[in-house]
Amino acid sequence: MSITTLAFILLSVMAIGSAVMMIISKSPVHSVLWLIVVFFAISGHYVLLNAQFLAIVNIIVYAGAIMVLFLFVVMLMNLNAETEPIKNYRLQLIGIVSGGSLLLVLLSALMRAGQQQLVEMKVGDAGLINVLGKTLFTNYVLPFEISSVLFLSAMIGAVVIGKKD
Amino acid sequence: MDIKAYIALALTLFTIGVIGVLVRRNAIIIFMCVELMLNAVNLLLVGFSKMHAISPAAKALPTYASDAQIFVFFIMVVAAAEVSVGLAIIVMMYRNTHSVDVNFLNRLKN
Repeated sequence: MSITTLAFILLSVMAIGSAVMMIISKSPVHSVLWLIVVFFAISGHYVLLNAQFLAIVNIIVYAGAIMVLFLFVVMLMNLNAETEPIKNYRLQLIGIVSGGSLLLVLLSALMRAGQQQLVEMKVGDAGLINVLGKTLFTNYVLPFEISSVLFLSAMIGAVVIGKKD
Repeated sequence: MDIKAYIALALTLFTIGVIGVLVRRNAIIIFMCVELMLNAVNLLLVGFSKMHAISPAAKALPTYASDAQIFVFFIMVVAAAEVSVGLAIIVMMYRNTHSVDVNFLNRLKN
């Protein structure tokens, strides 16, 4: 078994295990921390695929900015394991069974799919900042500028919604 | 590495997100499960991008495999905007009902 396969298996187990822990944690703060572990595992996958720009952006934007925002809101509301909503075990069972059957159907369809298609690991310049920056500022300039307008409207929307009156 | 391994991993993460949305009643946890689903799709897009990087068409066009990664970048941009508005809505909901239980939000009036 090569070191790449070993790293892939390790990162996959880390991602799936942390995602399960995020769902079953009682306290919302623990859920946020487990989700940060999932994001780091996914960033590890990006490094393994040599998508360096996305690995760094994933850590900075998701683990750094978005999850800190979640933590602030959780602490602002003073949520903990005692304030968790009351559970309905029948609905929980139905949710797990339906989600599990969705996974079963998708995976069985995947197993019957065609021939093997390899993925380029550890090499290749498709994910380097050099190539991505040239692509972004030649072919995708207009979506890039529109996304700044989106950010502005999201900022104004958050201020308007969160205003106290 | 086979692309099927990445598809299976992304499908599993996505399904965990779906189960979390169905099972949990806390609005913040449901929102975090949506983020998990977005990240599963991002991982799948990067995997497909690197699958196309070794195809013959990538030799002729240098930016052939980069388009999917630009797409992932825009998904992250939209997710950041979405989180700021969504968390503002959750804070406003907490201010009105003093709870983040989504079961209290099953009617539109009163």
